[in-house]
Amino acid sequence: MIVAERKPISEILDMIKDYHRIMLVGCKGCVTVCNAGGEKEVGILAATLKIARKKEGKELEVAERTLERQCDPEYIEQISDIVDDFEAIISMACSVGPQFLSERYPDALVFPGLNTKFMGGALAHGVWAERCQGCGTCIVHLFGGYCPITRCSKSLLNGPCGGSSNGRCEIDKDIDCVWHLIVEKLTRQGKLSNILSVQPPKDWTTSRDGGPRKVVREDLA
Amino acid sequence: MNDFDPRIVVYCCKYCSYTAADTAGCLRLQYPPNIHIIQVPCTGRVDILHILRPIEEGADGVFVAACLDGDCHFLTGNVQARKRVEYVKRTLEEIGMEPERVGIYNISAGQGHRFAEIAHEITTKIKELGPSPIHGRDK
Repeated sequence: MIVAERKPISEILDMIKDYHRIMLVGCKGCVTVCNAGGEKEVGILAATLKIARKKEGKELEVAERTLERQCDPEYIEQISDIVDDFEAIISMACSVGPQFLSERYPDALVFPGLNTKFMGGALAHGVWAERCQGCGTCIVHLFGGYCPITRCSKSLLNGPCGGSSNGRCEIDKDIDCVWHLIVEKLTRQGKLSNILSVQPPKDWTTSRDGGPRKVVREDLA
Repeated sequence: MNDFDPRIVVYCCKYCSYTAADTAGCLRLQYPPNIHIIQVPCTGRVDILHILRPIEEGADGVFVAACLDGDCHFLTGNVQARKRVEYVKRTLEEIGMEPERVGIYNISAGQGHRFAEIAHEITTKIKELGPSPIHGRDK
């Protein structure tokens, strides 16, 4: 999933300081699962913003809507009848949400309520970790199921570096050295030979280096 | 500030503090009527929104009275409640409100005296803080 985190309240309050009628738009996709922008988080932010405004002796009208997804036009369409009633919209989706809302409703003032962090998964309830950088050419099978691009601080394909110490990364002792994990796993599987050959430089044109990306499935498009 | 009559919401777990309030009543213990008790099946049910909404509506304080550590009927409800209270405290701090307006206490069903004591403590604390800045502005 895409993992996101709510922006600090002070930043959101500053974004909407000139407005009195706003709409919070949540998303039932990834950001609901990572507890950043689902129906409940929309309610919490709405209550917090209203408290902050009331404290200043001012009123704030906040409408709450949570869409199935904000990355599909048909769901964005569901607020078309009310979008003009508000001075500002705060999207509680990953950064795709505010962009899709802005594209569909060019006259609306759309603000991002979340900071999009990474693609990852839950390690435990309330703890998420990065697992993918979207390089466009997955090679995790060569490294015992670990992605060295994401999980090695230097994205080394021929590791480990000299900073690996007791299985930990030199940049932070709380971060596993993924190359330590790779070697352990491949040794256990008897496939250490996988990493004996030197990996050639990676072709990054499938990643961001090739510019903004698009996927087209001819049979669906 | 002596005429300030605070409105305080207290979420009480039915297995501990709600029964402690009953015990206080049976013992004819007096405590301030500012405490508005809401019974919950477990304080693990008390969501962040349950704490924020009364504040938004002008409550001067919102507290949670949970089971003693390790005594939760549902194992970790009181631990979850504490984390949520801490979250709301941080939120209030962020928007410039006193985090002391919310809090959590641990109490067992037999502690009627302690319940009355906590009710006094909460009321005194909120009286010292004064009315919520939202007080009277909600209507």
